[in-house]
Amino acid sequence: MKLVCPAGNYSMLKTAVDHGADAVYIGFKDDTNARHFAGLNFNDGSAQKAVQYAHDRDCKVYVAINTYPQPAGWARWQKAVDVSADIGIDALIIADTGVMAYATERHPDLPRHLSVQGSATNLQALRFYHQQFAIQRAVIPRVLSLSQVKHLTQESPVDLEVFGFGSLCVMVEGRCLLSSYATGESPNTCGACSPAKAVRWEETKHGTECRLNNVLIDRFKRDEKAGYPVVCKGRFEVDGHVYHALEEPTSLNTLELLPELMQAGVKAIKLEGRQRSTAYVRKVVSVWREAIDSCLHNPAAFAPRAQWMQDLASVSEGSQTTLGAYNRPWQ
Amino acid sequence: MKLSLGPILYFWPRPTIEDFYQHHINGPVDVIYLGETVCAKRRSLKPAEWIELARQLATSGKQIVLSTLALIEAGSDLSGVKQMCNNGEFLVEANDMGAVQLMVEQKLPFVAGPSLNIYNAQTLRLLHQQGLIRWVAPVEMNADTLKDILNETESMGFRDQIETEVFSFGRLPLAYSARCFTARFRNLPKDHCQFVCQDYPDGLPMDSQEGEAFFNINGIQTQSGRIQHLLPHWQQMQSAGVDLMRISPQAQHTGEIVQRYHEIIQGQPVDADIKRYLNAPTCDGYWCGQPGMDYIARAD
Repeated sequence: MKLVCPAGNYSMLKTAVDHGADAVYIGFKDDTNARHFAGLNFNDGSAQKAVQYAHDRDCKVYVAINTYPQPAGWARWQKAVDVSADIGIDALIIADTGVMAYATERHPDLPRHLSVQGSATNLQALRFYHQQFAIQRAVIPRVLSLSQVKHLTQESPVDLEVFGFGSLCVMVEGRCLLSSYATGESPNTCGACSPAKAVRWEETKHGTECRLNNVLIDRFKRDEKAGYPVVCKGRFEVDGHVYHALEEPTSLNTLELLPELMQAGVKAIKLEGRQRSTAYVRKVVSVWREAIDSCLHNPAAFAPRAQWMQDLASVSEGSQTTLGAYNRPWQ
Repeated sequence: MKLSLGPILYFWPRPTIEDFYQHHINGPVDVIYLGETVCAKRRSLKPAEWIELARQLATSGKQIVLSTLALIEAGSDLSGVKQMCNNGEFLVEANDMGAVQLMVEQKLPFVAGPSLNIYNAQTLRLLHQQGLIRWVAPVEMNADTLKDILNETESMGFRDQIETEVFSFGRLPLAYSARCFTARFRNLPKDHCQFVCQDYPDGLPMDSQEGEAFFNINGIQTQSGRIQHLLPHWQQMQSAGVDLMRISPQAQHTGEIVQRYHEIIQGQPVDADIKRYLNAPTCDGYWCGQPGMDYIARAD
């Protein structure tokens, strides 16, 4: 089982490589990737340097080109694919079918992974991408239960990668338009969920108010910890009740499921968080490296150590973690 | 410009569904989409019963299309989708790549539903080569992008081989989840949901704490709180190359809304105001290149 780690910049990349990543994933400084934030990501030069650093230490580099180009931007996605091929990366992580077709035709020997944004949750969808584009791996949306992941792994024509830790999308990835409905920018088209320019914080007599394009997303009391205002984690009013109508602000942490994921044949664990910090990367990569090694060594005796869980909780959103959809008993 | 009736997105009881379609086979829509696209647990009609209903409605001469689930998770979800895709008679609207694959394997034509993520002509071409004959644009797509895509299909040489449909009326489907937000509201676990979404034939409004209509909960689907209403833009849509305007059913007055769309498009001098038939404010921001919740056209 491989550990795939986030790198939002060169410092995070070095940290991830040095602390035991088997692969790091990066994106370019534009809307071709789903973490299109100011000050984040790589240009051609720093990406080249990143590949050199990682390859010298036996670590692979994947490039996420995981947003959906529209005609006006098509050339940028083409360029992102071509530059990636030129600098010798190890695999592309692609969401869009058209980009997938372009990469397959232009660089047939460069391995292709289906991004989580490609939204493949079932065997037939995986078959589609496998037959059309010979993808080697697919990253599975965070909506499947553990038993569903197990079934899928048994039948899948390609390797599967699952999310192990990080921010939790409660909606199936690649098919969530809540952000663009409110702000005009979505992860699919702009690589941004709740773009910073649409966010406004205000101190009022009701507490700290957070607005997204003027719509009140949440209101926090003085002692409450306020997370990043994604729509799905706000508090809204439904039939007179104000509550987290979609999801509480929590992070995903599947550490305790590691032996089962491993046994199921999941080939890689992905850590979320290119938008976080070098300190975050150091902490999560170290914990997961140790955990995977310990589990590989003796899966039967594996149990998450208190220190690991504490370290992960300290960098979690809302300081809470959840098993997400993995532990739901229903189908 | 043709009119289509999209699949019913809510959980209505079977008699309501049957009455609804009995009414609409005598109405002006050209195409009717049938099937459960939101939650596999909803079984007012099983796949075989949807197919049977399609047979009955097809005698009206309207085109009947079977729509499939947008989020396919369990193996049992997939077998329901397979039944729809293997129906042997009717065109299928694929709302997930899994359904596309099932159609490709049979070498049969299909309609690409709005949740398939077709954002460029290259994607459209590949799917067309695999059997796509009509596509419903993603609901967040604006007019200019749609025009650009259709222009490119022209130069790629397949513009005249596909039809383009736009989600024109109704609460927009915006997101899908493994969780059921209606069950969450009622403090029920999803596996014992008691089908409470049946209590909300138009979904459950989810407003901001200031009372602004923001979203609408429909089981595992999150919809827009506002109702998309593109009738004021229909001429621009036609000149952009849109072939069908989709009307998404709501619990009341869908017939009147269809009628109004039909009359305006036919050029009849009727009062275009449909607000009396709506229980939420309208929006058209996506089509106009703005946030989806915005309302730009004041013309109606």
